[in-house]
Amino acid sequence: MSAQERTLLAARPDFAAIAQWVERGARVLDLGCGDGSLLRYLWQARQAPGYGVEIDDERVLACVANDVNVLQVDLESGLSLFADGSFDCVVLSQTLQAMRHQEAILREMLRVGREAIVSFPNFGHWSARFQVALGRMPVSETLPYEWYDTPNLHHCTITDFEDLCRKLGFRIRERLVLHQGRPITVLPNLFGSLAVYRCTAG
Amino acid sequence: MNAPHDPASVGAVTAQKASFDAPIKLRGGATLPAYDIAYETYGELNAAKSNAVLVCHALNASHHVAGFYANEKDNVGWWDNLVGPGKPLDTRRFFVVGSNYLGSCFGSTGPASPNPATGRPWGADFPVVTVEDWVEAQARLADRLGIERFAAVIGGSLGAMQAMQWALSYPERVRHSIVIASAAKLTPQNIAFNEVARQAIMTDPDFHGGHYYEKGVVPVRGLRIARMIGHITYLSGEAMAEKFGRLLRRGALGFDFDTDFEVESYLRYQGDKFSTYFDANTYLRITKALDYYDPAADFGGDLSAAMARAKAAFLVVSFKSDWRFTPARSREIVHALLDQRKIVSYLEIDAPGGHDAFLLEDPRYHSALRAYFASIDL
Repeated sequence: MSAQERTLLAARPDFAAIAQWVERGARVLDLGCGDGSLLRYLWQARQAPGYGVEIDDERVLACVANDVNVLQVDLESGLSLFADGSFDCVVLSQTLQAMRHQEAILREMLRVGREAIVSFPNFGHWSARFQVALGRMPVSETLPYEWYDTPNLHHCTITDFEDLCRKLGFRIRERLVLHQGRPITVLPNLFGSLAVYRCTAG
Repeated sequence: MNAPHDPASVGAVTAQKASFDAPIKLRGGATLPAYDIAYETYGELNAAKSNAVLVCHALNASHHVAGFYANEKDNVGWWDNLVGPGKPLDTRRFFVVGSNYLGSCFGSTGPASPNPATGRPWGADFPVVTVEDWVEAQARLADRLGIERFAAVIGGSLGAMQAMQWALSYPERVRHSIVIASAAKLTPQNIAFNEVARQAIMTDPDFHGGHYYEKGVVPVRGLRIARMIGHITYLSGEAMAEKFGRLLRRGALGFDFDTDFEVESYLRYQGDKFSTYFDANTYLRITKALDYYDPAADFGGDLSAAMARAKAAFLVVSFKSDWRFTPARSREIVHALLDQRKIVSYLEIDAPGGHDAFLLEDPRYHSALRAYFASIDL
């Protein structure tokens, strides 16, 4: 692993989990792909080719500079560019909480892909609960924004997300809960700050 | 801006002409026994011949893409803001070829050229040419220049149709196809605009069924109106409002039919200018080339199937304010390429300029092209 990859994985501990679930050579779609670093990492680590979807001009430009296939379309209007079942794996990493229509995007993910990998900051983490108990909106490493200046619209906890998966008929194949890059197995909804899921339809 | 000493200008350039004796069979069935293609080049072809970029032009432009002519310093190339040393398409790194197309009035064989059968100008007898024919002729030009494979073929609008067609006609000869503000086929609305422009020309009494050269006249009225219609569709409503508002030319309403509003003055000016340098027979043919382009037609309308043979990586760019070639049309191209698992990136740029935005220097647009060209290995 290169120094660059180590820095990347320290900043985005969910990437290692995602990579481990992506099969070698799998076709990947990364929704809200930022500067394309996950796609680059998946190409290097798994030889998995893919496309990213991103709306922000600066990030799209970064993808082009990073030689990552990027499509500048609005996720909120769905994934109409993509045919049913055209990907092995569709990733939504730390973007779910910033979207307006969670159910719609999750359904779309499993329409165009065989598997969905979703990561999000866990609002059930004790520090968030503690700050709310003290009467304040939480600010932390995984929730680094003030309430008045946040891209995030819909927060959820691990329990909430699993309820939604049940409602949508998704089967959770794997789950990894992390805090500061380390796996949390005891009371994950209390001690985990970042959750990563691998889901399939039914 | 583009003064002779501008270090980012390719400087003084010379138009060149390549003559071909081998006949070219056109899609419409006619054969041209011999023909010329006008072109310009900027930068140097490297030893590996791996750095050539073909720039295809749209409706009214030419092979004069960048720089200026020594005896006409104001005649600056139509894409000079993109092409030059240190510009997004950097001529220090790439060998750029600007090619004119068959049927043009700027130096390539066209309706005003002599018909070898009669010795008189072709006029109405010059065949209808297509995007596919243009690519064929450009491929022969590439052979002549010793370019086996282009690092990229780029164009906007009708030029982008050529960039796309290159990837389909010659999959092995194009590494990157850059398709800007375009469509894989025109909508009926778009064809309708072209038909109004053609009718304006053909109903001009000075048109003489296309044989106006020998009468020593030009269907000026028709060309003016054709150009005015074009200009309305190239600008967004927003850009027009911003540029002209309801500004009055004479300070107050005239209650007559002289120009009241600035926008009228603009259209008249553009129409007048156009009618002095553009050929009516060429205009008829290029609008037909636009109307006819539809690579999916041979595949039962299935654009994905049509794209299957492409081997290039694609960059598709659209502009949100472009209502002549809307982003939805570009997304159809992207959809087809994704269906075929091609390498593709798509940019939808929120620039206000309408269809003309592809000619303007929007920082997001130009930064993206700069980054894209920089990522092309030579």
